[in-house]
Amino acid sequence: MSYEIIGMAVLWTFLFGYVIVASVDFGAGFFNAYSLMTGKQHILTRVIQRYLSPVWEVTNVFLVFFFVGIVGFFPSTAYYYGSILLIPVSISIILLAIRGSYYAFETYGARGHRGYAFMYGATGLILPASLSVVLTISEGGFVELTDSGPHLDYWALFTSPLTWSIVVLSVAAVLYISAVFLTWYADRAGDVEATKVLRRYALIWALPTIVTAGGIVYELRSHNVEHFESLMNLWWMFAISFIFFVASVWLIWNRKKYGVAFVMLIGQFAFAFYAYGISKYPYLLYPHLTVFDGVTNDSMAIALIIAFVAGLALLLPSLYLLMRLFLFDKKYVSGKSK
Amino acid sequence: MMMLFEDPVFGSRMLTLLTLTFHVIFATLGVGIPLMIMIAQWVGIKKNDLHYIMMARRWARGFVVLVAVGVVTGTAIGLQLALLWPNFMELAGHVIALPLFMEVFAFFFEAIFLGIYLYTWDRFENQRKHLLLLVPVAVGAAMSAFFITTVNGFMNAPAGFDIVNGQMTGVNPIEAMFNAATPTKVSHVVATAFMTSAFVLAAVAAYRLIRGSDHVYHKKALHLTMKIGLVFAVAIALIGDFAGKYLAEYQPEKLAAAEWHFETEREAPLVLYGLLDEERDVRYGLEIPYALSILAHNHPSAEVIGLNEFPEDEQPPLFIHYFFDVMITIGMWMIGLSLVYWFAIRRGWAFAQANWFRWLIVLGGPLSMLAIQSGWWMTEFGRQPWIMRGVMTVQEAATQSDYVGLMFVLFAGLYFILGVGVVVVLTKMFRGNPVEKELAEQGGDRS
Repeated sequence: MSYEIIGMAVLWTFLFGYVIVASVDFGAGFFNAYSLMTGKQHILTRVIQRYLSPVWEVTNVFLVFFFVGIVGFFPSTAYYYGSILLIPVSISIILLAIRGSYYAFETYGARGHRGYAFMYGATGLILPASLSVVLTISEGGFVELTDSGPHLDYWALFTSPLTWSIVVLSVAAVLYISAVFLTWYADRAGDVEATKVLRRYALIWALPTIVTAGGIVYELRSHNVEHFESLMNLWWMFAISFIFFVASVWLIWNRKKYGVAFVMLIGQFAFAFYAYGISKYPYLLYPHLTVFDGVTNDSMAIALIIAFVAGLALLLPSLYLLMRLFLFDKKYVSGKSK
Repeated sequence: MMMLFEDPVFGSRMLTLLTLTFHVIFATLGVGIPLMIMIAQWVGIKKNDLHYIMMARRWARGFVVLVAVGVVTGTAIGLQLALLWPNFMELAGHVIALPLFMEVFAFFFEAIFLGIYLYTWDRFENQRKHLLLLVPVAVGAAMSAFFITTVNGFMNAPAGFDIVNGQMTGVNPIEAMFNAATPTKVSHVVATAFMTSAFVLAAVAAYRLIRGSDHVYHKKALHLTMKIGLVFAVAIALIGDFAGKYLAEYQPEKLAAAEWHFETEREAPLVLYGLLDEERDVRYGLEIPYALSILAHNHPSAEVIGLNEFPEDEQPPLFIHYFFDVMITIGMWMIGLSLVYWFAIRRGWAFAQANWFRWLIVLGGPLSMLAIQSGWWMTEFGRQPWIMRGVMTVQEAATQSDYVGLMFVLFAGLYFILGVGVVVVLTKMFRGNPVEKELAEQGGDRS
């Protein structure tokens, strides 16, 4: 396999990991704020504190991994994306800072300020929107290459239906992923009330997620024909994804095996996400930058791959330990042990 | 101020300055405090003294807040490197991406175990096992500092590649990582982080002692941290000497600008403080004969290259002299202060317990942090006009975006809020839960 493909596969996997863990995190913040508003705060706050607070820094590292990795494997992305993403990514950094400081200040420090909790909840919806804009830009049509470097056409970006469908999908998906995960977590914690509320959220957000996902494929047909056609060649991956979707909704609907339902959900998103990624290949920024133009030199690619494998050998056991303590330890999850 | 909005290069420099200055506070404490927690908990286990265990516990609680802000500002600077310096990151990505990548691993490792450490205080019967969890935290923190500092070293002493006809060839990531600047820079950064963290914690303990609490807990904390601080302060003086030799060899223009050394000459004196007149003559400065020659080459009559050897547009700004002065003065002052403290305590001299002396220790915390900042300002301004010395200037590296000034304002607001938040939360955290109360909850005050 060539270095481009290895690099892209690794990075896409990290991005997928981030999409899942960050969705859980973002959505939980929103549900928390929403339940504060409707006066049911205790139900969710506890679940969130016991799970999200210990792992939020780990969640954040997935993102850092992705952007450091992409500059490492494909240094040209720094040139193409650096200038044009100044505003959307700066806004994302600020929103991430609000989330990080919420965990630090509220959970480790003194208890809750309502305004802060609302802000934290709001960032959970704005962040997926501001981050997913990057994917929209990568579809091409919004960037112009000039003598002073690439320029982003904000007007075209914000008036494109594609932009807004991707925004809606990212928000719906975040809420859906998060609700399914938290249903499972609350169920394991034996918190019947919270499970009931979260299961309802999961069912509410299932349909919008799948409808907007379909909508985007339709939008692409007029926006980027080449990408649309290669998407269609991978129809079977989307079919598998859809089967996973139906299965997880069915389980949740029938109040069965929430853990399996969450695994199915990961399968659903994995197939859709990788199908999307493969169909995009070889473009990093359509039509200006491909993985072949952008890839780093061989010695750096080898060094990065070695570092990556060594790093994983160190991290996977540690991650397993973390999960065992905070996710799979029944006593901890149900609040019986500190 | 207008320049911030009109000139993207200047705006990018100022935004990077802002982010790094703010981040360095938390990064320094983030690297240093895990070691302090580890030492305290270890002493506590060895001596079977609840006070030291409590120290580790309380420091760890405050540490988490600092780490959190370090994480968000670290994410900010990581992204801003690409947002503000896209051309630099494209070039550097080819050669120095490896340590950047590994830094993330190191931090990942640290974050995982920090999470586990913090939430498992009462899950272990055996304290030693719990202490073991701190090893990866401290190692991860120090490795993060190591990797990221090699990148800064690379910017000062680029290595591990050739440029032939504008094309980069022969890339060697390992050679780039272990560039000429790496040994002195890394040891300096890590040792100063340990020293500053120790003196900051000492300042907190001294402050508590001044403000009413005469609890032996604070005295123990003060004593422990002052001793650790002293050890690292002395180590830094030695490392600083090596740093001088590195500069003389590889970045003579930075050394010359920092020392206001204009003419190449033998038996060069070291100038501290003073003012420059229009003819670039030093007035009111404190001259230490031969000292610059010794600092640069270990020999009183060695020749030191002067700034006039370099074309005017490649000379660093001369105000870095004052950053150098501040750094050196504070370093020496802290060695003196901690040495006097240690000696006085051993001899049982009463003034070490006096409030005025404790105020000096309180002041030592922020002063140490100022020394760290001055050191970074000196090395960063001292590299100007280069972003990668001899290869790429900041002018060539910066973004052309029109919105840098606006982002500066946004981030200034963010850092202000975060800064205030940290102070408020930490104060609340420790005011509301003084050590006397917590010790009583932990089964009485037995030692």
